[in-house]
Amino acid sequence: MSEYILETKDLGISFGGLKAAQNVDIKIRKRQIYGLIGPNGAGKTTIFNLLTCVYKPTTGTFYLDGQEMKGLTPDKINQRGIARTFQNIRLFNNMTVVRNVMVGLQHRPEYKCSVFESIFRLPRHFKVEKAMREKAKELLRIFDLEQERNALACNLPYGKQRKLEIARALATDPKLLLLDEPAAGMNPHETEDLARTIRKIRDEFDMTILLIEHDMSFVSGLCDEVTVLNFGTILAQGDTKTALADPEVIKAYIGG
Amino acid sequence: MTLKKLKLRHYLNYMVIGTVTAVLAGMVLTGYKFDNSLLFLLEKIAISIILAVSLSLVVGFLGELSLGHAGFMCVGAYLGGKIAALLVPTLGNGPLTFLIALLAGGGAAAVCGIIIGIPALRLRGDYLAIVTLAFGEIVKSLFQNSSDETFGGSLGLNTPRYDKNYLFIFAFVLVLLTLMVVQNLMRSKHGRAITAIRDNEIAARATGTNVTKYKLLAFTLSAAFAGIAGVLYSYSNYTVQSMKFGYNYSIEILVMVVLGGMGSINGSIIAAALITFLNTKLATILTGDLAVLQNLFYALILIAIVIYNNAPALKGFRDKYNLSAFADKIRKSRNDPGHVKDDKAKWDVVPTKIEMNEILSVDLTPQDSSVTWEKGGPK
Amino acid sequence: MEIILSTLINGLSLGGIYAMIALGYTMVYGIAKMLNFAHGDIIMIGGYVIFVTMATGNPLIAIAVAVVACVILGVTIEKIAYKPLRGASPLAVLITAIGVSYLLQSLAQIIFGSAPKMVTVYDFGTIKLLGATVQISALVTLAVTVVVMVVLTLFIKYTRLGRAMIAVSEDRGAAQLMGIDVNGIITITFAIGSALAALAGLFYLLKAPSVSSTLGAMPGIKAFTAAVIGGIGSIPGAMLGGILLGMVESISYKITAIAPYTDAIEFSILIVILLVRPNGFLGKKRREKV
Repeated sequence: MSEYILETKDLGISFGGLKAAQNVDIKIRKRQIYGLIGPNGAGKTTIFNLLTCVYKPTTGTFYLDGQEMKGLTPDKINQRGIARTFQNIRLFNNMTVVRNVMVGLQHRPEYKCSVFESIFRLPRHFKVEKAMREKAKELLRIFDLEQERNALACNLPYGKQRKLEIARALATDPKLLLLDEPAAGMNPHETEDLARTIRKIRDEFDMTILLIEHDMSFVSGLCDEVTVLNFGTILAQGDTKTALADPEVIKAYIGG
Repeated sequence: MTLKKLKLRHYLNYMVIGTVTAVLAGMVLTGYKFDNSLLFLLEKIAISIILAVSLSLVVGFLGELSLGHAGFMCVGAYLGGKIAALLVPTLGNGPLTFLIALLAGGGAAAVCGIIIGIPALRLRGDYLAIVTLAFGEIVKSLFQNSSDETFGGSLGLNTPRYDKNYLFIFAFVLVLLTLMVVQNLMRSKHGRAITAIRDNEIAARATGTNVTKYKLLAFTLSAAFAGIAGVLYSYSNYTVQSMKFGYNYSIEILVMVVLGGMGSINGSIIAAALITFLNTKLATILTGDLAVLQNLFYALILIAIVIYNNAPALKGFRDKYNLSAFADKIRKSRNDPGHVKDDKAKWDVVPTKIEMNEILSVDLTPQDSSVTWEKGGPK
Repeated sequence: MEIILSTLINGLSLGGIYAMIALGYTMVYGIAKMLNFAHGDIIMIGGYVIFVTMATGNPLIAIAVAVVACVILGVTIEKIAYKPLRGASPLAVLITAIGVSYLLQSLAQIIFGSAPKMVTVYDFGTIKLLGATVQISALVTLAVTVVVMVVLTLFIKYTRLGRAMIAVSEDRGAAQLMGIDVNGIITITFAIGSALAALAGLFYLLKAPSVSSTLGAMPGIKAFTAAVIGGIGSIPGAMLGGILLGMVESISYKITAIAPYTDAIEFSILIVILLVRPNGFLGKKRREKV
């Protein structure tokens, strides 16, 4: 067990000559809600892509709960405990809501069931399917999506799609949850509701959450600590109130 | 709906096919003699169903276009036929030889499926379709140019004659086997993983789905059953000619899958039976150059169905007038609106709509490395 | 020496035909972002139109009519079969294109029968080149292809329309916002592609004076290979790929041991190229945003 659930060391990536992120050192403690903010093009989503192994870092590495995670594939990193949502929602649109969550659940060791067992309908298949369905319903209840569980994911309203994506990520039983602009496109009422849900996730699941967000009041109301990125490098870091009051940060945002 | 009823619904297709087979088999075993042309038609229908159901695994559920399905069948037909021909002198021309031939043909095709599955890991869409097409043509060409002693070259391979009265029974048992494997697979967590890859590969990876495993699984199983259909073909026709397994045959199987509604197993079964039946009947009516009318007909059907099912402009129309919407309405009128039933029964409905825009919002051009650059950065 | 030279020339002229088809493929693929499976069959229709119009006895009229007919056909197909599917899944578009290809082949067979039709467009004769007898038509094919390639490149680079095409191929949405008529551009692309297909049909008839309903199917697929080898969307790439493929085919046919496997060899090259270098030699990389 490490003191930090996530620790990045000198993490960086360049595309051609362009340094999209460099010298990124972030340390997140267990049960923290941590914000990753910065102006457009600052490299926030790039960091998420590095942490979920969509990109290979050019420099540095990162540790989850003390274990080095660099060089895994996106599916392996998920199984090791980092789950994410996407800026542009990526649901399984032609599947029902409950099935979307079940896809998230099914890689957990407790729902293991081989292809052979499924094809020949051995008892374990039925047991696992039933257990997964129950668990999925339970997760959907937390997000107030139980009523819609048999609707196609693409037919959900936008706000609920965002919630479903979080539910699906949570279903993979992560240690660290990455949320890419969870409040984007939501009205103030929905945003408030979302903030409540995120706190609830932290409390009920002992979850650590790293989120990218543009809504500053959302971030300052929710995050314990933040890292401010600009042009791929860290501009400020630490306690949310202090970091947001940093003159450099204000300058980067209003463009001085 | 009780659990019992749901289950009945699930197994309806087995029961229908099983009952028909059992009745016909019973008649044969009690000495009834069917017309040879009818038996031949039954065998052909069984072969088509196996081909269509196995292709729908890749096209309908995984969402990749395979234009080389006849190539896998070709491998199965030649290898199964050859093994059978070699074994008949020692083991006799019985079920044992047939079983070994099936395993050999299916196995060889499965190996080819793995080989084609590997490009499928790197390529998507158009490029993968072309690779599968190329594979089919290569296979055809290799068997065509084989020596007379091995696979008979351009003259074809002669395969053992099996008692026509019984072959169709084995054929339909194989149909049931195919159905069981494909249907049970798709109605399990593994099937969900395959559809998840189709709907959004990146999200599937991000939720822990082993895309490599499932793509290879889909391609291998699909190829294996095509191989089995090939062995059946060699038994049914006494001779195997590589010419038959060209691109056109692959397209014919594709027509069955598209006609049946992509992702609908029962649809594929019905379409396969119907097209095979029509083919046989039309072959006697349309002779000479008129035989092409049949192809013309398929081409028109293919275009019309795909446009109807996919044209964005027709979406409103489709939503209004499709079977699932109709079924929903009935269900809603029968139940209180707050109560939504377990979604098990919805399986047939969901993917038939082939609204796969999202899968392929994913750019089709293949990526050559794991490093990708986001245009314009996060917004 | 003579064999080598004649193989070379043969390869070049065959390569010219492939290049001509590949140019059409690459334009349509680059701009409309779809694999027009029916492209090869437009070549075949072009061949039949020449066969019919050669009744006038004038090759130039025949060629002109064939080009016009193919352009009309190409644009009609685009409007009826492909345009309704704009914005739908590429899988659906691909299947429709296969349907159209099938439709054209069966229509041709119904109208003209399954037996090949013989038609001699024009006999250029032969010349002696370094001791080898060379069909002049082969040289004509090559020359016309090079001219077409140069003209296309200049057209794309220096005309308003050409630049609009590049814009549409880069980003359809943005192009539309800039006031470019995207549908119009795609229609023009199909028109150009079909005109090139008609020329390819002509070259086929110059090479071997017979036309059948499957004339375009295999060359179409092979030319797609050529377009991929050169890099989809790249005009010089299509030329390069076409010539390379023509050479491979020509050489392979000359070596008795592997001659029957020529198709298999070409398709194997296709698979290898797609796996190893899917962007081809001159193509651009395209990636997906996560």
